[in-house]
Amino acid sequence: MAAADELAFHEFEEASNLLAETPDAVTTSGSGQLTPQGHVAVAVDSGGSYGAEEEVEESDKTALLQEKQQPGFWTFGYYQSFFDVDTCQVLDRIRGSLLPRPGHNFVRHRLRNRPDLYGPFWICATLAFVLAVTGNLTLVLAQRRDPSIHYSPQFHKVTVAGITIYCYVWLVPLALWGFLQWRKRVRERVGPYTFLETVCVYGYSLFVFIPTVVLWLIPVPWLQWLFGALALALSAASLVFTLWPVVREDTRLVAAVLLSTVVLLHALLATGCKPLPLEPLAPPPQATSLPLNLLPPPTPRSQVT
Amino acid sequence: MAKAAESSGEPGTTSPRPLFAGLSDISISQDIPVEGEITIPMRSHIREFDSSTLNESVQNTIMRDLKAVGKKFMHVLYPRKSNTLLRDWDLWGPLILCVTLALMLQRSSVDSEKDGGPQFAEVFVIVWFGAVTITLNSKLLGGNISFFQSLCVLGYCILPLTVAMLVCRLVLLAEQGPINFMVRLFVVIVMFTWSIVASTAFLADSQPPNRKALAIYPVFLFYFVISWMILTFTPQ
Repeated sequence: MAAADELAFHEFEEASNLLAETPDAVTTSGSGQLTPQGHVAVAVDSGGSYGAEEEVEESDKTALLQEKQQPGFWTFGYYQSFFDVDTCQVLDRIRGSLLPRPGHNFVRHRLRNRPDLYGPFWICATLAFVLAVTGNLTLVLAQRRDPSIHYSPQFHKVTVAGITIYCYVWLVPLALWGFLQWRKRVRERVGPYTFLETVCVYGYSLFVFIPTVVLWLIPVPWLQWLFGALALALSAASLVFTLWPVVREDTRLVAAVLLSTVVLLHALLATGCKPLPLEPLAPPPQATSLPLNLLPPPTPRSQVT
Repeated sequence: MAKAAESSGEPGTTSPRPLFAGLSDISISQDIPVEGEITIPMRSHIREFDSSTLNESVQNTIMRDLKAVGKKFMHVLYPRKSNTLLRDWDLWGPLILCVTLALMLQRSSVDSEKDGGPQFAEVFVIVWFGAVTITLNSKLLGGNISFFQSLCVLGYCILPLTVAMLVCRLVLLAEQGPINFMVRLFVVIVMFTWSIVASTAFLADSQPPNRKALAIYPVFLFYFVISWMILTFTPQ
């Protein structure tokens, strides 16, 4: 986004900032046909474009006529508006999180200011279950190599993994959003993201960990570190590229601290997910205190990572 | 005078026609016989719904419900597009299946509390809260299926996995080894596919076509987790 913006004219940047402030407005009129639901799902080749202005916006019919009437907080329709996505849109967003590019802001380009809760919720659920399953499989494979390890289907891992991941995807974006709102007075032009957009970014950025966790079954240490680094790089890059336009106008110190905190928390999560090398202990009663491949449960017997 | 009076009183005679002589020629009664009962026809099978189910024997009630559940089991085992599961939904079948599955999956040993398999309550919670979450997801995506219909379908489609659990427990009575594991893996995979196909046959039509995959994926995850619990079950 930085390089493209320097080349762009001033009015384009104004337009994109105006778009940022009023997400319901329509900037360009493409040849989009209105489906019965009023959405246009157009695959846009966004390589090297100036930004949001040249892409065909989803022309919502109600937004053309009036401000969209938000249903009340207690009605079912309010929550239904967060699940207003199609299969191709979800797949497109996942692809966008897997391949972050420096000029492309995930919120503006992929979400188009229409966040959804389907992606984050089910990606977190999948990640929690995949973590538990692969943890189990790791134990099985280890037991095959070394029969002294006591095997047991460690079912409590599902609970621990689920709670950790869901808390991460909800509390960290909450803190981030609160911080950005607090700093809003420093920035003149670019508005901050809404809470749901932040949750969406975090949720989709966790998708890259799902294949990584499966690949971590390969018991080669340097390969595991390589996969871990790759996944962390992709995921953190997606987050940083999304946050950069918002913190760019802040003081350098604040921007650096914020971005490094985000990356650090993400790295902590990745480390927590990574399986630790299992050391074969000879006596079986001690084998139950093997380092699990999750944040250890708070029992005195478990080893501290 | 008397003769003329007599002849006028007798119709249909060869004497000159009296006033209403032709009436008898309009022989309606001969062509279309007017016969039958002039009473309100009684319906032959009147079922008194309001009071009879209270008075019938307990065996009748139980057998009727069991037959309904059994009919739906057949629909799950041979899935084809039909509305039976959706039209007459009930939650008895899912309850029976969930309790059976949870009883069989429950770990028996008491000492391994932390590292063991799921407890009865965990399986129960996973099945019911998983089904509720999938139903909510389906409704939020805009599906036109009611809450309990969806619960009913998801619960009934656990039947193949319950059968797989039974088979696994029987197979585990034999000696453990890779062949044992292969047999169990094969059975669980087949039953998992059967569950997915059965539930898709019932649920897929209720979603708009551009969101079908979004609604089916959580079902896939749900049955995958249950299959995983079945596969990793080890008797202590």
